[in-house]
Amino acid sequence: MVAYVIRRLAYGVLVVFGVLFFLFVLFFWVATPDDIARRALGEKAPPAAIEQWKINHGYDRELWPWQSFEDNMLFAHYRSMLTLDFGRSDADDVPIIEKIAKGAGPSLALTVPLFLLGLVASVMLSLIVAVFRETYVDRMGVVLCVLGMSVSILLYIVGAQFLIAKLLRWFPISGFDPSPDVVARFLALPLLVGLVSSIGSNVRFYRTVFLEEVHRDFVRTARAKGCGEARIMVRHVLRNAMIPILTQIVIAIPFLFTGSLVLESFFGIPGLGALMVEAIQGNDFATLRAMVFVGSVLFVVAQVITDVSYSLADPRVRLE
Amino acid sequence: MSPLLEVEGLTTSFPGPNGDIPVVDEVSFSIDQGEVLALVGESGCGKSMTALSVMRLVPKPGRIRQGRILMNGRDVRQLSIPEIRHLRGHEIAMIFQEPMTSLNPVVTVGVQVVEAIQLHESINKARARERTIELFERIGIPDAADRFDVYPHQLSGGLKQRVMIAMALSTRPKLLIADEPTTALDVTIQAQILELLRELQRESEMSILLITHDLGVVNELADRVAVMYAGRIVEAGTRLELLGHPSHPYTQGLLRSNPALAQPGKPLPEIPGVVPPAEEWPEGCRFANRCARVLEICESEVPESLALTATQSTCCHAVARERQNA
Amino acid sequence: MEDWIISNIVTALLLAGFVGAAAAVRSSRIWTDAAASLWRRRPIALLVVSFYVAVAILDSILWVGGVDAGEDVVSAHEAKSVIDRLFLDARERSYSAPLADVEFYGAKPLAHPGSHPMGTDIIGRDVVYMALKGIRVALLIGGLTSLIAIPLSLLFGISAGYFGGRVDDFVFFIMSTLASMPGLLLLIALIMAMGRSTLSICIALAVTSWVGFCRLVRGETLKLREQDYVHAARVLGVSEFQIVMRHILPNLTHLVIITFVLTFSGLVLSEAVLAWLGVGVDGSWGQMIDQARSELSRDPVVWWNITAAGLALFGLLLAVNMVGDAIRDILDPRTLRESS
Repeated sequence: MVAYVIRRLAYGVLVVFGVLFFLFVLFFWVATPDDIARRALGEKAPPAAIEQWKINHGYDRELWPWQSFEDNMLFAHYRSMLTLDFGRSDADDVPIIEKIAKGAGPSLALTVPLFLLGLVASVMLSLIVAVFRETYVDRMGVVLCVLGMSVSILLYIVGAQFLIAKLLRWFPISGFDPSPDVVARFLALPLLVGLVSSIGSNVRFYRTVFLEEVHRDFVRTARAKGCGEARIMVRHVLRNAMIPILTQIVIAIPFLFTGSLVLESFFGIPGLGALMVEAIQGNDFATLRAMVFVGSVLFVVAQVITDVSYSLADPRVRLE
Repeated sequence: MSPLLEVEGLTTSFPGPNGDIPVVDEVSFSIDQGEVLALVGESGCGKSMTALSVMRLVPKPGRIRQGRILMNGRDVRQLSIPEIRHLRGHEIAMIFQEPMTSLNPVVTVGVQVVEAIQLHESINKARARERTIELFERIGIPDAADRFDVYPHQLSGGLKQRVMIAMALSTRPKLLIADEPTTALDVTIQAQILELLRELQRESEMSILLITHDLGVVNELADRVAVMYAGRIVEAGTRLELLGHPSHPYTQGLLRSNPALAQPGKPLPEIPGVVPPAEEWPEGCRFANRCARVLEICESEVPESLALTATQSTCCHAVARERQNA
Repeated sequence: MEDWIISNIVTALLLAGFVGAAAAVRSSRIWTDAAASLWRRRPIALLVVSFYVAVAILDSILWVGGVDAGEDVVSAHEAKSVIDRLFLDARERSYSAPLADVEFYGAKPLAHPGSHPMGTDIIGRDVVYMALKGIRVALLIGGLTSLIAIPLSLLFGISAGYFGGRVDDFVFFIMSTLASMPGLLLLIALIMAMGRSTLSICIALAVTSWVGFCRLVRGETLKLREQDYVHAARVLGVSEFQIVMRHILPNLTHLVIITFVLTFSGLVLSEAVLAWLGVGVDGSWGQMIDQARSELSRDPVVWWNITAAGLALFGLLLAVNMVGDAIRDILDPRTLRESS
C-alpha cells in the first residue's frame, strides 16, 4: 500500500511538472511578457515603460533554456512555483501568497458547508427516488432534476437575490462579515443558491448509479432473505455504489479551497474565487498562474486519495 | 397430513409485443413436508419464474396474474409486506444459480449470513457469529472461523455456493428452493454439493423445490419430479415412475437423448425442432409441432391432466386416447 | 473574403451535412428505428430544438442590400440576415415595457406602440429580436466547440486505446495534466492568453472539455480492439488505419452522438458564466443576462430583458437535455457511466 501511494505521488509530481510547463507555455509564449505588460500599463504605453515593467516583474529574461541556460524564465518559473514563491500580483503588487492566505478562510466558510449539505441532500434524495423507481415519484424526481439542470446558475443567483433579498428581505443581498454571530446570515443565500443549482445534476447522477446496483443479483438474494427495501438501499446498494460516490467526493475537495468564482463575486464574499475574478478583470496573470498551480496540486493529491479510498471501499480493488 | 406447499393454477405473465405472455401457465403442484420435488425443463420453460413466483420475487414488469400459493395453508399472495418479509428467508429460503454474483461483493460472507439470521431472530451479534461458524463447519467450509471474515471474491465457486447454502439454512426454513444450484459449478464440485444437500435434507426433514435441467441431478436428489415445457407442466410423478416409464412424449424424448445412454456407432437421438418462442405459442398443446405422436386434436385443444396412477399424471391427448382404447 | 460570405458558405455546408446525415439514417435500419423511437418519445422537445436550429440557420443567411437607406447609411451597407430583416423597422429610442405604448421612462409615445411582446432594451432594440439573435450564438458555441473537441478526443482516445504502450502512456499523461487544472480557471486562463474572439473562446472550451470524452473513447477502443473481427482483419493483412476507420470508428458513433448532445448544454452554460465575467461571445444570452443584472435594482424594475434571455436559454437547454436523455436511452440501454 505504501509503495503504491509513493508511486502514485511520484506520478503526481510528474503531472505537476507537466502542469507548470503548460502554464509556462500559456502565459509566456502564447501570451508574451510584452502582451502582459501592455495589458497592465495600457495599449499606448511607451516601450521604455514596458521594458521597465518587465524588469520589475522579472519578465525581461530569455524564455527558454536553450537561449540562455543560466538565466532563463522557464527555470525561474519552475523554481518560484515549486518553492511557493509566487511573487507579487501584476495588478496591485501585493504578495500573492498573502492574498491566498487571506482568501482561503472565507472560501472554506462557504464551500465546506455547501459541500457537506449538498452531498447529504443529494444522496438521500437519490436513495428515495431509487426506492420508488418507476413510480410517479421517480418520474417527477427526474423531471425536476432535468428542469433544475437546465437553468443557469446566474439565473438562480439573480432570482434568489431579487426574490429573497430584495422582496422578502430575509437575508442580505451580498457582503460578508466573519464575526460568528452574523456570518451565517451572509452565507445563507449563497449556500441556498449553490445547493439548489447543483442538486439537479447530482441527484440524477447518483440515481443512475443506485439504479444500476439495484438490479444486481445480490440484491435479489437480499430480498429473498427477507430484507426490506429501505435496508436493501442503505446496506447493500449504497455500499456498492461507493466507488462513483467517492470519486465525486474527492474530486470536489480541491474546489473547496479554490472557492466558487460565481457565488463569491455575486455575493461579495472575499474568498479565493473573488480573488480570481479580480485577477481576470485586472489582467493579473501572475495571480492567475499561482491559483491554477495551487488548484492543480490539490487535484493531484485528491486523485491519489481517491485511488487509495477505492481500495478501502471495494475489497475487490487491488492496488498494483 | 396436508402438504407444506400447494400451488394451484399459478399464472405469471410478462407484457409482450402482442399482449401478456404467461411464462408460467396454470401451473399446479404440491410438496409435502420432508419431500424433494424436482421441477425439470429446458432453459426458458418457466421453471425459474415459477420458483420466484412462490416467493413473490417476480421481477418487474412481470406479475402473478392468477392462482393460489398455499404455504402451510396460508395464501402467499394475500400476505402483507411485513408478513412476506417474515416468510422470505425464514419459512422459505432460496439459493440461486450464480454464486459469483449472488453475494454482496463488498461485505464479508460471515456478515451476510449473520444478517440473514438477525433479520428473523433477536439474537446478539456474537451468538449469531458463533452459529454461522458452526454452520460453516457443518456445511464443509474449511477454516470456518477464518473464512467468516473473507470477501466473496476470495472464495472459489464451490465455496461460495456453500456459503449461500449456509445462509439459506441458517434460519432453519421449512422449504428450500434451489434454482439450478450446481449448474455453474465444476462437475466434481457438483457432486459434492448435491451430496451435501442430500445430507442436510435428511437431517432436518426440510422440503426442497429443486429447479434443474439436468436429469442426473434429478436422479441424485429428487423424490418426485414435475416436467415443464413452454410454461406448462406436462408430466409429474415419482422419480422411479418418471425416469423408469415416462408417458409424455417430451419426457420420453428427454430421457432418450441422454448422452449417458448413447450407443456407440448409432446417432444420438434428439427431439426434432426447437422450443417455440413465447410469442409464437400455438393453441392447443405446445409440444405438438415436435411430437412424434401428434394427433389432430393436439393442435386445437390443450390436453388436461390425466392421472395414470396414484402418483403419476400426464397432459397428453395421445396417452389419453391410448388409455381410452385399452 | 467578407464575413457574411463565409457565414453563408458554412451554412450551406451545414445544410448539406444535414441532408447527408438524413440519407445515411434512411439507409440503415438500426438508425431509422432509433430516429423513429426518438420522435415517438420526445416529439415536443424535438420540435423545440428544430425551431431553435431553424432560427439559427435563418440568422446565418446574410446578404447586403434591400434595405431602405433612410436614416442609417452605414447599416444599409451591412450584411443582414433573414432574422435581422424581420425586425428592421422595429427600433425605439430606449426602454419600454412589454406591449407598451409609451417609453418606460418619461412616457413618450413609441414609434411602434404595442408591437414589442417583450419590450425594448436600453437602446430601444426589440427584446424578442435580441433573444432570437442569441440562438445563433449559442448553437455556434456548442457546435464549433464540439467540432474541435470531438475529433481531438477521437484522435487521442483511439490512438491510446488501439496502439497502447508508449502512445497510451503519453496520452494518459496529457489527460492527467489537463484534468488536474480546475476547469473554469483553465478556461479563463486560456481566453486571457489567446484573446477574446469567438474562435479562441471555442478553442478554450474545447481544450477544457475534451478529456472526459477522450477517456470514454479510450475505454471503448480497448474493448473493441479485442473483438474477434478485429483480430480476423489483422490476420488478413488489413492495414491498421483501415481497421480503425472501418471497425473501430463506426462503433463509436453512438458515443459521439450521445456525448455531443449531453455536453452541449454544459458548453452553453459555461459561456454564460464567461459572459458574466466579461469574456463571453458578443450577442450571447449570457451577455444579455450580464447587462441586465443592473436593471433589476432599478425602481421600477426592468425585468423583461433578463426574463427573455433566461427563458430562451432555459428553453433550449431543457429541450436539448430531454432529447439527449432519450437519445442515450435509445442508443445505449445501459446508461453510460462516467469512467473514473
